[in-house]
Amino acid sequence: MATVSPTPLLKDELDIVIPTIRNLDFLEMWRPFFQPYHLIIVQDGDPSKTIKVPEGFDYELYNRNDINRVLGPKASCISFKDSACRCFGYMVSKKKYIYTIDDDCFVAKDPSGKDINALEQHIKNLLCPSTPFFFNTLYDPYRDGADFVRGYPFSLREGVPTAVSHGLWLNIPDYDAPTQLVKPLERNTRYVDAIMTIPKGTLFPMCGMNLAFNRELIGPAMYFGLMGDGQPIGRYDDMWAGWCTKVICDHLGLGVKTGLPYIWHSKASNPFVNLKKEYKGIYWQEELIPFFQSVTLPKDCTTVQKCYIEISKQVKAKLGKVDDYFNKLADAMVTWIDAWDELNPSPSGIKSAELPNGATK
Amino acid sequence: MSIPIKDDEIDIVIGALHSDLTTFMNAWRPIFSRFHLIIVKDPDLKEELRIPEGFNLDVYKKPDIDHLVGTSTSIIFSGYSCRYFGYLVSRKKHIVSVDDDCLPAKDNKGFLVDAVAQHITNLTTPATPFFFNTLYDPFTEGADFVRGYPFSLRSGVTCALSCGLWHNLADYDAPTQALKPEERNSRYVDAVLTVPARTLMPISGINVAFNRDAVGPALLPCLRLAGEGKFRWETMEDIWSGMCVKVICDHLGLGVKTGLPYVWRNDRGDAIASLRKEWEGVKMMEDVVPFFQSLRLPPEATTAEDCVVEVANAVKEKLGAKDPMFARTAKALLDWVKLWKSVGVSSYSPGA
Repeated sequence: MATVSPTPLLKDELDIVIPTIRNLDFLEMWRPFFQPYHLIIVQDGDPSKTIKVPEGFDYELYNRNDINRVLGPKASCISFKDSACRCFGYMVSKKKYIYTIDDDCFVAKDPSGKDINALEQHIKNLLCPSTPFFFNTLYDPYRDGADFVRGYPFSLREGVPTAVSHGLWLNIPDYDAPTQLVKPLERNTRYVDAIMTIPKGTLFPMCGMNLAFNRELIGPAMYFGLMGDGQPIGRYDDMWAGWCTKVICDHLGLGVKTGLPYIWHSKASNPFVNLKKEYKGIYWQEELIPFFQSVTLPKDCTTVQKCYIEISKQVKAKLGKVDDYFNKLADAMVTWIDAWDELNPSPSGIKSAELPNGATK
Repeated sequence: MSIPIKDDEIDIVIGALHSDLTTFMNAWRPIFSRFHLIIVKDPDLKEELRIPEGFNLDVYKKPDIDHLVGTSTSIIFSGYSCRYFGYLVSRKKHIVSVDDDCLPAKDNKGFLVDAVAQHITNLTTPATPFFFNTLYDPFTEGADFVRGYPFSLRSGVTCALSCGLWHNLADYDAPTQALKPEERNSRYVDAVLTVPARTLMPISGINVAFNRDAVGPALLPCLRLAGEGKFRWETMEDIWSGMCVKVICDHLGLGVKTGLPYVWRNDRGDAIASLRKEWEGVKMMEDVVPFFQSLRLPPEATTAEDCVVEVANAVKEKLGAKDPMFARTAKALLDWVKLWKSVGVSSYSPGA
């Protein structure tokens, strides 16, 4: 049996983006795993408050004033008083990979009692291919002790590059407000020992609590929308980014994985507060899902930015009539791409996933 | 949440490719003994079957098969395909079927897995094919739909097929197993999930259960490799059948689940020896997968039988020219529907 090579640290290629409004005490528990990495802290809420970062971490911190300074008028696309502001961190990062985690997420233990190095697992997920075109019943075929099953076409066994690694949570599950109200005591105690590729053409609810992605492949799609202060909706930031991201990944032939690693989610937010934030979203998602399920992107959308701008046009055309919010959101999506390109100029003018072997619909 | 189901609405169908079923039956006794069993003996198997006492069962052998379907048709039930005869003659709503070289597995706490109970749970709770739930089966204890899951999709659809997994000898093809001769599957993935609509996958026949009322005719013994043998990695009959079932379920708005339960699959056979025969099946999938991925059934096809006929026509038209095997398969699909309509639905009393 061949020895498994250790997962590379990638410490100079990965930034950890953390939105926070309170404090960063949780980093103490993560220290053994996070200390080698550069942190980008996006401070939401009152910029006059000082957020203490534990000693020994290498970081840059941005509050609202910094965001306004960096982006100028384009800062309007970055949410205020909502963790959606974290996507500012993605934009200013100069690294290839991003890991984002919420400040109420701690190190979980696997069934053997061992601490889970979530970041290491995300890196593994990102560095190894995805298999979106045909489902493997033994889940991740590249994993130790697994493989492709009988009947899996050999021509599909190389897989495609992985753009997103979506991790899960033990303890407080990521439920919406109505579900939280009905089941306030439910805790997720099931450790499902699997990573799997979400098939092409299938949408999913992407949670931003424990998420990693290849910024070079998909970064511009990770806009977390207009949420929070002054907006009619909250707690749909990651959902919005996830639907856009999945549609673009499907179009460009990139993979999205979900499953391991688990983190321990410690804080249950107030379901009544959540309900007020989510209320419109619960209705709107009935329109949003069919919208995203039917989005088609033209063949000449060969970069993430082009795909994203195209989606923003379709948002305006088809969702503008659901609520004027979507007109504003569509504009903000364009602003986001403008800001992204300004902060991330590419030498050749073509960015990210131009896949050579025509992985189109 | 789950529909209550009575034991007498379930048949357990076993295709016997081995004559001595003593160990197999005794190992499954705690789980099987409540139910009616249909054992179908591979018509090519010469030795007498040895089955222990104490089960409520019907056994079908070559003469029974010949008598019911005729000697020229009975050929379709040879080898692993003998189980389809059991599906044909059963009159129960749900069927659970495992290979005769599989034993009950243990879960991650060391308890014996009641594969039948898990399959029945899978079949009697809704499937959710239109949107992926990141906590997997939302109807299982301790789980639910996650934030962002549309409410209109939370009632789900009927689950028509439940695909289980295997510990020890996984269902690999011969080249894969030959490259990793020592590899055995020991990972217990504690999840059941719905395979999304329009997503295809290799559906193994080793450990399956299905709603016979909803999709019975869509599980079919219609593709036989020229070199088909008596080891799973020398067959593709179940993979072909599975592609048909999934496309048909997608069309009819029914769900397919995968994951639990596990069974323990005994070591058997020599992957390297089987390599000689394998390539036909491996090459075949390169044509079969794109075919099924692009297959769309017309809205007029509203039953599983109708759908199989449409699949047959499409196979003939799009694959028939590539390989005579597909032309034969297209015909076999049409013959199967006729057989199902005459034998599969009439009031036939087994054991007559």
